[in-house]
Amino acid sequence: MLRILRTRLSLGHRTAPLPKPGEQPVAEGFRGLPVLSPGRCFEGCRACEEACPVSAIRCGEGGPRLDLGTCLFCPECERACPNGCIGFSREHRLAATRREDLVIGPGSGPPPVKPLEGELKSLFSRSLKLRQVSAGGCNGCEAELIVTGTLVFDFPRFGVQFVASPRHADALVVTGPVSKNMLVALEKSYAALPPPKLVIACGACAIGGGPFRGSPEAHDGVGSILPVDLWIPGCPPHPWTIVDGILRLMGVLEGSNG
Amino acid sequence: MAGDLLSARNPLCVELDAIPEYVAEGFSAAVSSALEKGTRLIGLFGYPKKTGKTGVIAALALDSEGIIKLCRLAPSPSYPSLTVRHPGAHSLERSLYESWRVEPEGHPWLKPLRKIDLEVPPPGDASFYRVEGEEIHEVAVGPVHAGIIEPGHFRFQCHGENVFHLEIRLGYQHRGALGFLLGDISPRWAAVAESITGDTAVGGATAHALCLEALCGVEASPRAEAIRAVALELERIAYHVGDLGALGNDVGFLPTAQYNGRIRGDFLNCLMTISGNRHGRGLVRPGGVLFNVDSKAAAELRKRIETHHREARRSIDLLLDAPSVMARFDGTGRVSAEDARAIGLVGLAARASGLTLDVRTDHPAGASRFRQIPVSVGAHGDVHARALVRSLEMDRSAEFVMETLGALPEGPLEIPCGPLRPDSFALALVEAWRGELVHAKITDNLGKVVAADVVDPSVHNWFGLALCLRGQAISDFPLCNKSFNLAYAGHDL
Repeated sequence: MLRILRTRLSLGHRTAPLPKPGEQPVAEGFRGLPVLSPGRCFEGCRACEEACPVSAIRCGEGGPRLDLGTCLFCPECERACPNGCIGFSREHRLAATRREDLVIGPGSGPPPVKPLEGELKSLFSRSLKLRQVSAGGCNGCEAELIVTGTLVFDFPRFGVQFVASPRHADALVVTGPVSKNMLVALEKSYAALPPPKLVIACGACAIGGGPFRGSPEAHDGVGSILPVDLWIPGCPPHPWTIVDGILRLMGVLEGSNG
Repeated sequence: MAGDLLSARNPLCVELDAIPEYVAEGFSAAVSSALEKGTRLIGLFGYPKKTGKTGVIAALALDSEGIIKLCRLAPSPSYPSLTVRHPGAHSLERSLYESWRVEPEGHPWLKPLRKIDLEVPPPGDASFYRVEGEEIHEVAVGPVHAGIIEPGHFRFQCHGENVFHLEIRLGYQHRGALGFLLGDISPRWAAVAESITGDTAVGGATAHALCLEALCGVEASPRAEAIRAVALELERIAYHVGDLGALGNDVGFLPTAQYNGRIRGDFLNCLMTISGNRHGRGLVRPGGVLFNVDSKAAAELRKRIETHHREARRSIDLLLDAPSVMARFDGTGRVSAEDARAIGLVGLAARASGLTLDVRTDHPAGASRFRQIPVSVGAHGDVHARALVRSLEMDRSAEFVMETLGALPEGPLEIPCGPLRPDSFALALVEAWRGELVHAKITDNLGKVVAADVVDPSVHNWFGLALCLRGQAISDFPLCNKSFNLAYAGHDL
């Protein structure tokens, strides 16, 4: 017992405070929100499009446009661009309540999250129980979701917790492109949630199929199967991205960007 | 000469026609005879031949000599099953049948491995092995489980608390990943390789890179190989630390569960410093690595890793010295060395059962050719041994990382890859944190990949979990399961 206490003292207190507005909690080098520079593209240059493994980026009038929901946040486009038009910032706020807000262009900031209103707000703003279903997830998103419950991020301090049964849950957190073999189990899990209920799509696979987009064995994400209330981009999303998205939805953090 | 096999070393690339080919009985006899001489079956790879028929390549590892032996099956709708005499072949033969329709005749349990829409009805209704008797009851769990965990179905045949038999039904995570690894070289390949088993992103990307490099006849520079090896060992340390914490959690020992949850993140953040992603995604690519570790960064990383390792050691010693923990770990979920060998266990589960099996020592590629990591072996094959091997490996990997970062060799980060050699078979082995990870590719006469395969260590090891539950209380299942911590997506692809 004394040894446990001594170890406890030597390892210290590690729970991180919530990032203040404008603060970036993730260390330098992290590939967060992409930054697209306008007007520096060569005409006819498609280097970034060709380098992107999942066609998340499109060149056109007014510079490149990038879909955060498809993007794997890999370094390929940044490396391919001959003119330095694409880079990654340390910005961890990536989640959005509307799918179309995930498409960004030059000068875009973090996408907006519209906080819950009315009954949903009064029910969920101080206590949101989550049930996670992996439907073809690779265990990357799952690992980062588990991390939100560790003492560093301490999600339970905001009343957010992962529960064992969908019947105890307020929201379904879906990972993976929704493999054909998991479709029935996913639909049954959703049906078991008592209303009102929310759906959170976590990671590139759940949003648009990720690297498995177009597979005949999967569904390109959960969007065509369940009504999604929050989209959390990343491959996998950083734990701060997950915490930020859900807390903005609950209204604990400021919802709009900036 | 009858029974001849082609020998090569990891990572290998050989011409298809150089691999000896046998007709059905001859093929089984050649593989069987090699298995009896101490080799292990590491893969059965189907591929389309020019004639439109299906060929099969068998790869066997002779670990004591660092050799991989190959032979082929001439197109044939069936061949005598190897599983009858070599149980370790059972899942590889099921996979081959499911994907290529080459039937292992006499296979005792030829159920689909991953695809749920073949002959048997969907999970829940599928025909499971059943023990009959008045006091026997059946427990069905999954695919959706109570925690944040991937889906799988577990069917227990129980007598009271006691488990007679466990059958594990997977396939729910099947995403058709291998279909994305065909054709011409594509930037998507590496992204898919990192996502087949997402908690082994560095291992997957490394195996893919080694396999593709072999197929192009290039080798990454010593510097790139050293950076890959550092990332691979950091991945191993992070997951071993996390698993030891999770084992503590499963027996109600919360101090280590809490500390290790955080320290695991510290090691993942070291990967983030190197690659910009906590899981090391985007770092390893065919031809080398995309990020450098300069001398300043290396020095800083060494300082951090030293601190994190010291803290992890203190936290894990608490766990391993607690009598209440040992009372639960000791003797739980045993797999004997004989059973481990017979069912073809690999990786840390095999080492915990006393087998000296480690790709880094037996079939070294890249940086592990120059700086060896001692193999950590347990004795009893129980939960305790699997915890102990993780703890030992954490120390030895940390030592390797510290030494390697202290003297990174020179060389370019990237070497261009391509074109692919035509009519060839390439294979690469990597010791990922769970064990032996195999990537294989086969090209046609135009140098296009016509068949790709990945054998996750879990393909071999899931049966180890099923076996260790025999005679065990069903309430010990979560602990046993955690002690293996196998991949679902990697198995299901």
